[in-house]
Amino acid sequence: MRAGVVVFPGSNCDRDLARAFRRAGARVEMLWHKEAALPPGLDVIGIPGGFSFGDYLRCGAIAARAPLMRAVAEYAGRGGHVIGICNGFQVMLEAGMLPGALMRNAGLKFVCRTVTLEVATDRGFPGEAYGKGREIRLPVAHHDGSYQADGETLDRLEGEGRVAFRYRGNPNGSARNIAGILSENGRVLGMMPHPERAVDPLQGGTDGAALFAALFAAAAAEPALRPA
Amino acid sequence: MSEPKITEDLIAAHGLNEQEYAEIIRLLNREPTFTELGIFSAMWNEHCSYKSSKKWLRTLPTTGPQVICGPGENAGVVDIGDGQAVVFKMESHNHPSYIEPYQGAATGVGGILRDVFTMGARPVAAMNSLSFGAPEHPKTRQLVHGVVEGIGGYGNCFGVPTVGGEVRFHAAYNGNCLVNAFAAGLADADRIFYSAASGVGMPVVYLGARTGRDGVGGATMASAEFDDSIEEKRPTVQVGDPFTEKRLMEATLELMATGAVISIQDMGAAGLTCSAVEMGDKGGLGVRLDLDAVPVREENMSAYEMMLSESQERMLMVLRPDKEAEARAVFEKWDLDFAIVGETIAEDRFVIMHRGECKADLPLRALSGSAPEYDRPWVETPPAPPLGEVPEVDPIEGLRALLSSPNYASKHWVYEQYDSQVMADTVLTPGRGAGVIRVHGTDKLLAFTADVTPRYVKANPRAGGAQAVAEAFRNLCAVGARPLAATDCLNFGNPEKPEIMGQFVGAIRGIGEACRALDMPIVSGNVSLYNETDGAAILPTPTIGAVGLIERADALIAGNARAGHVALLLGETAGHLGQSALLAEMWGREEGDAPPVDLAAERRNGDFIRANAALIRACTDLSDGGLALAAFEMAEAAGTGVSLDASDVATLFGEDQGRYLIACDFDAAEALMVEAGKAGVALATVGRFGGAHVRFGASAAPLSELGALWRDSLSRRLA
Amino acid sequence: MRLRVTVMLRQGVLDPQGEAVRHALGALGFTGVRSVRQGKVIDLELSDTDPEAALARGREMCEKLLANTVIERYEVEIL
Repeated sequence: MRAGVVVFPGSNCDRDLARAFRRAGARVEMLWHKEAALPPGLDVIGIPGGFSFGDYLRCGAIAARAPLMRAVAEYAGRGGHVIGICNGFQVMLEAGMLPGALMRNAGLKFVCRTVTLEVATDRGFPGEAYGKGREIRLPVAHHDGSYQADGETLDRLEGEGRVAFRYRGNPNGSARNIAGILSENGRVLGMMPHPERAVDPLQGGTDGAALFAALFAAAAAEPALRPA
Repeated sequence: MSEPKITEDLIAAHGLNEQEYAEIIRLLNREPTFTELGIFSAMWNEHCSYKSSKKWLRTLPTTGPQVICGPGENAGVVDIGDGQAVVFKMESHNHPSYIEPYQGAATGVGGILRDVFTMGARPVAAMNSLSFGAPEHPKTRQLVHGVVEGIGGYGNCFGVPTVGGEVRFHAAYNGNCLVNAFAAGLADADRIFYSAASGVGMPVVYLGARTGRDGVGGATMASAEFDDSIEEKRPTVQVGDPFTEKRLMEATLELMATGAVISIQDMGAAGLTCSAVEMGDKGGLGVRLDLDAVPVREENMSAYEMMLSESQERMLMVLRPDKEAEARAVFEKWDLDFAIVGETIAEDRFVIMHRGECKADLPLRALSGSAPEYDRPWVETPPAPPLGEVPEVDPIEGLRALLSSPNYASKHWVYEQYDSQVMADTVLTPGRGAGVIRVHGTDKLLAFTADVTPRYVKANPRAGGAQAVAEAFRNLCAVGARPLAATDCLNFGNPEKPEIMGQFVGAIRGIGEACRALDMPIVSGNVSLYNETDGAAILPTPTIGAVGLIERADALIAGNARAGHVALLLGETAGHLGQSALLAEMWGREEGDAPPVDLAAERRNGDFIRANAALIRACTDLSDGGLALAAFEMAEAAGTGVSLDASDVATLFGEDQGRYLIACDFDAAEALMVEAGKAGVALATVGRFGGAHVRFGASAAPLSELGALWRDSLSRRLA
Repeated sequence: MRLRVTVMLRQGVLDPQGEAVRHALGALGFTGVRSVRQGKVIDLELSDTDPEAALARGREMCEKLLANTVIERYEVEIL
């Protein structure tokens, strides 16, 4: 399997995500934000955490307008598998790949701790990885992680099984405790918690490993269409 | 733009005394220009020249087989085997943090990270040691919020995990908070970059953010006659830009990999002046700078302002001319400003050109080499009066007094605002004695700790200095690490007062003795003096940052106690209550002598922990709060109660040094007893883990209740 | 009475956000943007009826809370 990790100048979980991808058996290429096109033949794209452009203006706002992101959105449009974590999730929302917005944490402070999540869907690779209802522990580390959308959008996400993870003990004030959401086709996941920080026992937990394994399995089973 | 005339007031405003100014005249054989005066003041101030402390700093041990580079460069470099090195330093940013806590703390973190990656190392861990005034002091809350957010704001964005540190509150810091920032990085041992320039006619390259008037003008404000627009000349607070720093780090490391970098120096205080002089001085060369080429973000900047600007996120490099195209490509990739601003010259001169005029022409080596050095008068700190009667108290009440103090309560409100896991190599997050990370891609671990007990240092500088090193040593040993080396951040009051200078001299002696005995050379550091307000000095606070190595991940001690485990105490207990946390928190008494430090016992006991790591399930060192607090913390981390046999205050709350609390099962405890006998160390069973209570003799309270008190005391006072 | 408070960084204080936005605008093809400074606009609704008193109170709020006068300057206007 071949995976690409998007790199913005302020990405700082890019190497971590690349390592988690490699642990799941993938070959990894780093994708510089100034490129206008993706290398051909990628099975998975990851948008990592960090502070893409210092998080200035709005988190992810400047990154979402980078040339590479147009190509990533187009890749998702062809049914490609994409995972965006933390700042990557913020970038996806700013780029319009997923609905909603991430606001400043309700407590106004940056929060770094390990939280309990409930797997809230049986759809897509998160559903495959864990099964609905399972509890997992993953670290969060963010200042702007309060997921917000209008009631209609939230109802639709829930109705379509697109809420992937919910917090048990909401650390940031997210609407309906939402920690991660899926695209309509279930192949694009945006989430605030960091599964790449929980793939090795020395990190204190391994609950993130299954998500990456399921991601590559799903991408192998249902690859993106070729570019038109 | 004409420069102001040199007057007595102007000289004084630059912090130069009569003798120093006379020395300048002697060196130049003429009056300095305004720009030259600024350059001398920057090079000869306490911060750059260490003029009050140099004599004593020289007495510290700085070498050892593990040391690749000791003090004098941007950071110390220590061998960790397999061709790798850890590069680290701790530095203060006290005054700026008091003026503008967010930016002061942020730029402190930025500065120390730059020191590390300037040496060619990717930063992999950060810590900070923070001292604030009394929690109820009106300024404290705002300072804590600002400083903590500033540290998080910078470190989190830059992408370095903050893995440890300490936070204390004491009225002596009401007018001067301390912000000491530590950073460590990893590099290949044979690819360390230094500041010494080499080769004549080599381009001097400016890289990073553009230069503004940040931090300039403190001195010139005092001579306002040459400009009436105060707003423009007001010294501006330095603002940190972690996003630029992140790009600067990536670009610097990429550039180093191309082989283009001959020498490199971070622009810290008095950026362009200190960095250029450093490069020339170390390389035995002169430097000519053309300020018209310096990237600026404000109009009409003078040579004086450019030379003294403290704008952040800037570097100076000497590059190989044949690699210029490659270098330029790297800068442009990261959207960083880049300019050739001068060249190295053979003559021993520091020449500053601006708009066709020579603004300064100084003997370069004399700028650092002839810097004044003082042997300030000092008096030995008198022995502390003996400790008076200490009343007996219900030991659980004593524990409650500690847990409800912000000094000993959980610091999660602070450290949860720091990303402790970015880089995905963090093994032990803050809240333990030492933070631990994996050396990326290997099975080795590095442990980090920052320690000092200022009460002890005030009562007995020599014992207190030694204790700071000993506690750092213990915190490393308690996770199974072999202590490698240390960095010191020496925060004191006004050195012109003999009693303050006496504290400094005493502390240095103690630190030196302990570093020698424990084989932890000081490889980098910084001195912060004049931490006084209205004549009231801070507690002497020589913070020790230390680094240890765990050769294989399975030698890490990081477990939790379990119900049924035995509680073992390693080390001798005499019940020393002088300057103890219990005295201070229960009765507001800071009395008696600091606990004595037996360095041979420290070493023996630390070695014993490491040698027997496989038998030890959980381990913590004993420091403030003694056995009682250590046992509580171990029980709280494990989520199981603990019962200690002792109930007397001296045994439970005494702060005798060289001790560890160990938890393990019965079989391991028996084996440890045998080993202790062989090693000649004192090891005793003091209780056991289990149940839902913390019990000291006949006195007990539910762990859940004490745990809630411990978790909420700090956040309740500050949030 | 409605007040508008505009808070900007003082002249000479580095504005990293503004710099990043300036670069991003350039990347999107907006040439010739020489400087970007980012600030805050805060609208307040007060029960005051005297404009002078309202302005004075607004300025006091800036000094005490709304602006960090170490690095920021402010303007208060009546809407």
